[in-house]
Amino acid sequence: MVDLSVRIGDITLQNPITPASGAFSWEYNDVIDLNRLGGLVAKTICREPRLGNPTPRMAETEAGIIQSIGLPGKGIEYFVDHIVPEYARFKPPLIVSVSSENTEDFAALAEELSVPDVDVIEANISCPTRNATGGNFAMHEEHTKEVIGAIRAKTNKPLWVKLSPNAGDIVSIARAAEEAGADALCIANTFLSLKIRTDNFRPALGNKFGGLVSPALKPIVLRMVYQVAKVVKIPVIGIGGVTKAEDVVEYMLAGASAVGIGYAGFRNPTALITIIDDLAAWCDERGIKKVTDLIGAVKDDDMEMDTLVAASAGV
Amino acid sequence: MSYEPCEKYTDSALRFGDEDHYPERIVGEFLGEVVSNDWVNGEYKHMILKVHARALDSYAGQFFHLLCPSPDGAEVYMRRPMSIYRIDKAASQIEFLYKCEGRGTRGMGMLKEGDDFNLAGPLGKGFTLDPKWKNIVVLGRGVGLATLAPLSQLAAEKGVGITAILSARNPGVVMSKDLFEGFGATTIPVLDTDGTSDVANVEKILNGLIDEGKADAFFTCGSNRLLSLMKKVGKARGVPGQVAMEQIMVCGFGACYVCMRTFEIDGEKTLKRVCRDGPVFNMQEAVGW
Ligand SMILES: Cc1cc2nc3c(=O)[nH]c(=O)nc-3n(C[C@H](O)[C@H](O)[C@H](O)COP(=O)(O)OP(=O)(O)OC[C@H]3O[C@@H](n4cnc5c(N)ncnc54)[C@H](O)[C@@H]3O)c2cc1C
Ligand SMILES: Cc1cc2nc3c(=O)[nH]c(=O)nc-3n(C[C@H](O)[C@H](O)[C@H](O)COP(=O)(O)O)c2cc1C
Repeated sequence: MVDLSVRIGDITLQNPITPASGAFSWEYNDVIDLNRLGGLVAKTICREPRLGNPTPRMAETEAGIIQSIGLPGKGIEYFVDHIVPEYARFKPPLIVSVSSENTEDFAALAEELSVPDVDVIEANISCPTRNATGGNFAMHEEHTKEVIGAIRAKTNKPLWVKLSPNAGDIVSIARAAEEAGADALCIANTFLSLKIRTDNFRPALGNKFGGLVSPALKPIVLRMVYQVAKVVKIPVIGIGGVTKAEDVVEYMLAGASAVGIGYAGFRNPTALITIIDDLAAWCDERGIKKVTDLIGAVKDDDMEMDTLVAASAGV
Repeated sequence: MSYEPCEKYTDSALRFGDEDHYPERIVGEFLGEVVSNDWVNGEYKHMILKVHARALDSYAGQFFHLLCPSPDGAEVYMRRPMSIYRIDKAASQIEFLYKCEGRGTRGMGMLKEGDDFNLAGPLGKGFTLDPKWKNIVVLGRGVGLATLAPLSQLAAEKGVGITAILSARNPGVVMSKDLFEGFGATTIPVLDTDGTSDVANVEKILNGLIDEGKADAFFTCGSNRLLSLMKKVGKARGVPGQVAMEQIMVCGFGACYVCMRTFEIDGEKTLKRVCRDGPVFNMQEAVGW
């Protein structure tokens, strides 16, 4: 049997499969055994209670769904007192996602969330429907560096940072987060998008813009993971379009140490467990003893090339 | 589209006759087998599915989240919520009554006898019947009747008297009359074509039923207009009520906060998740569009 465990800094996950923030809650224990997951990831929490965005919050498109939830929640006090204990009943490490519109408050929130039952703080600096200086810090290097530096100074918990696919140059943002003290990078959040209804000429979402979620985005996010993993030393968690075990393998080959899964769990509530089982079977069939052997194992240095083109390229 | 369908996960879902590996889970992902899927009238279809025993463990007002096949070349990305229309435990069957409308329900309409259909559930909080209630009134329009049918079945099994007011555009689309009468319900069809479905007339009927002692509780689903009316009459005359609500949904488990609707509790407005806090709610707390 393959050893599926992976390490993300000081944290060990029993397998590389985690749910994606906002697409999961302890309530999924109704349908799957949460103790089998690599980690548990809570929905992004903000300081004050928030209602979230106007409905409709989801619209289907030809190539995925766009959604704009608006980070609803009951605020940090309720979260620490009532929601953390819901997750603490289960064995996998608890990763708590947090967001704020200003740097000081963000750091203070991270400090307040650094309670014993929380294993990891995930800084969601990439909510696509927030603006660059108001929560979507991951659009710019300097904002990223500043906010992550401030959070780092206030918590000793492992700090994962969720990056935005909407940034122009995700590699420099990733470097900025690493330099500022991130322990791991989650790549990526959703793609800012829009749908207009042709029957009434109105935007399909109450909030107008939303984040696109789709298996079609996997190649784009995979490319980002590949580029970032090449230049940073900290682990990368690939998030976007994973629907089957081979997608996990692909992300790991590109350099990810683990994956986050949202959409697939909406489509098939049992998908996360199936993906864990299928990943184990995939490794066993190939005699792979440790899943970590896959990390960054893409063979991209000795590519077989058409000889004529290779010769003209001077290879 | 180059997106590969996740057939594997479908295969891992529980089928009729399979051993249940997670008997302790209250929700499952099941593969039902289509027994029949026929037109009821020009707009609505009725599907009967043979399902795993655990899927039968559902009650009135709950719903299943259906992975509808695509009616065209592109993918249908999200599941579609559908109320349980009827449960036949002896035959291991559940039934849906649905309106063929958008891509999901049109895809569902294409399924044929013997086809597999992936469903997740049962989900949500259903209706509650207070043992004190001897007579109830159900008021539904369109697919709302689908949701009220199993409630009436349950009430009939408990010896509760039922009056079902069935609202429809014309006599041709009055659905479920036979089904409700089969439960022993008295049915009152009200129509747009002759004006009987008018708010004023339905109000008169409701007040008449209260006067006759036939309305210990109100139940409704499927029309905003009828909800507002029943709520008003219920409030004025002190009749408790429940309503099954609808909203566009994604996860069905309470995780994603997509299916929010406004409720008013003790004068304060708040948002609730239709999928998990409902879909059945206290009628006096529900707020229409
Ligand atoms: C708890 C619950 C139980 C339901 N039970 C039944 C039932 O028994 N029979 C039945 O015919 N319908 C029922 N519905 C409504 C049904 O889910 C929608 O009609 C269906 O999802 C529309 O899908 P579509 O692909 O046909 O249409 P789409 O193309 O997705 O949309 C067509 C129209 O339906 C609306 N719609 C889409 N999704 C929903 C939704 N989840 N809820 C309400 N409106 C929606 C859209 O805004 C649009 O106006 C129920 C809904 C809920 C929330
Ligand atoms: C309904 C919904 C809500 C989400 N909420 C959050 C959130 O609160 N915080 C966050 O960091 N990401 C959020 N996301 C993004 C996901 O965590 C993830 O990055 C994205 O869905 C891509 O992964 P997937 O393709 O596996 O779904 C949300 C996604 C969806 C679909």
